[in-house]
Amino acid sequence: MEALNALALLGNYLIVPGVTYGCQLALGALGITLIYGILRFSNFAHGETMAFGTMVVILATWGLQSLGVSLGPLPTALLALPVGILAAIGLLLLTDRYVYRFYRRQRSTPVIYLIASIGVMFIYNGLIRFIIGPNDQQFSDGSRFIIKAREFKQMTGLNEGLAIKTTQGITVIVTIILVIALFWFLNRTRAGKSMRAYSDNEDLALLSGIDPDRVVMIAWIITAALATIAGTLYGLDKSFKPFTYLQILLPIFAAAIVGGLGSPVGAIAGGFVIAFSEIAVTFAWRKVFGYMGYETDSLMQLLSTDYKFAVSFAILVIVLLVRPTGLFAGKSF
Amino acid sequence: MTFLLGQSMTGGYGAADILHDCTIGVERGEIAVVVGPNGAGKSTAMKAIFGMLTLREGSVTMDGEDITALAPQERVRKGMGFVPQTGNVFPSMSVQENLEMGAFIREDDIAQTMEQVFELFPILKEKRRQPAGELSGGQRQQVAVGRALMTRPSVLMLDEPTAGVSPIVMDELFDRIIEIARTGIAILMVEQNAKQALNIADKGYVLVQGRNRYTDTGATLLADPEVRRAFLGG
Repeated sequence: MEALNALALLGNYLIVPGVTYGCQLALGALGITLIYGILRFSNFAHGETMAFGTMVVILATWGLQSLGVSLGPLPTALLALPVGILAAIGLLLLTDRYVYRFYRRQRSTPVIYLIASIGVMFIYNGLIRFIIGPNDQQFSDGSRFIIKAREFKQMTGLNEGLAIKTTQGITVIVTIILVIALFWFLNRTRAGKSMRAYSDNEDLALLSGIDPDRVVMIAWIITAALATIAGTLYGLDKSFKPFTYLQILLPIFAAAIVGGLGSPVGAIAGGFVIAFSEIAVTFAWRKVFGYMGYETDSLMQLLSTDYKFAVSFAILVIVLLVRPTGLFAGKSF
Repeated sequence: MTFLLGQSMTGGYGAADILHDCTIGVERGEIAVVVGPNGAGKSTAMKAIFGMLTLREGSVTMDGEDITALAPQERVRKGMGFVPQTGNVFPSMSVQENLEMGAFIREDDIAQTMEQVFELFPILKEKRRQPAGELSGGQRQQVAVGRALMTRPSVLMLDEPTAGVSPIVMDELFDRIIEIARTGIAILMVEQNAKQALNIADKGYVLVQGRNRYTDTGATLLADPEVRRAFLGG
């Protein structure tokens, strides 16, 4: 019984939030890794791309809500996702046409792209604050919980409750679907294989008749879709505030690098490594230890939650020192 | 009329020319080998024929058609297959995917061509699900040649196909190249292992400083004491 209580406690505060956060980071890191694989630079504007897509989703959600449209227990935002994705695709393709293409023609080094992407980040940043403002926006509706803590306690007779929010359930399901779809695309379709070929060996891909402009365009389209969905899921889970999307850039980059830049499997694994480390290190373990028969007055918390970003930073530094190509041996810097 | 002919090619990468009035040609079903000391412009001559180098003078014709102005990709569509010396496979992709990418420009069914490549290189069929980057040097060269064959080219150009492989693997590769030539494909090859390469060559070109020095059949060049002394190490 004690062990089960400890498990429920861990499930509620560590596993469920960890899996959810891991999914969100994984989707974000996939976008980073794809752009790195194809265009060979670290896209610092990715967080703002997520925020931009999410902003359009929110505006569309409000529009749908005012028309009285709803998805019942599910958030209306899911219905508004395609609008956000299309807007993000438009934004990224325009950016590529007027910013990155110039540097591609110049055959610029990756660091030039990186600096350009920081500029793009600031522009998106301003654009978002100009349209929706810097404040918190609530756009989640539908039922809040799949399982409520109290119901769980009544059901199982345990002291500890386990709550699963609707948004958490949706995050996991959507991520699974997206990842399967992405891997199917990359491994089974001609366009997907041509993207991997281009990422592997650009010169040979050109020799084989693969059109680089097409590969780049597909990469941006997929990235826009992943970013918008990741941003929306994050916003539904935690509420939307533009600044948080700048902050999430660090764990997302850490996830992509830990997994190995350019490796999609690595991005997913990295997302979960970062998410679980962040939560485990800032979690107060006292009650868990209590159920395991070890009573203590200390909180048994390694770091205050204020320092959670330090965790991804520390992991990032360790990985770069010990294994710069990441867990799944992507391209090293 | 030579099937593939780079006629009086002059040009280089920058201001200075590397090739000077250099002529290289090959017939269908024949093997032509370009040999010469380091820096003789062997690879450059090959790149010029493939269109990776702009010629100041001279021309490249294939089957009587002037293709001097075409980009490499367009030459691939015209029936040229090119195997670069390095970076000639997609390392993280499986052998089969490498072959599929070789046939990227083809819209028709590629299954039969892939079967032919597997017949030529049986080891590739065995390893077709393995990433090309995990194969041995010799096997990787086979993938590279197989990839270039997937477009069903009429000319196959190989830039030092035996660089870095053991003598046994080299003999094996040369045997396969002879087999490919017997199917009617013209083969143009740059080689460091001059003696062995001239052994299988119908035609040999000895280049020195971007110029044709000796041009003859492979056997005659091998028998020529002057060529032997200067370029084949006695």
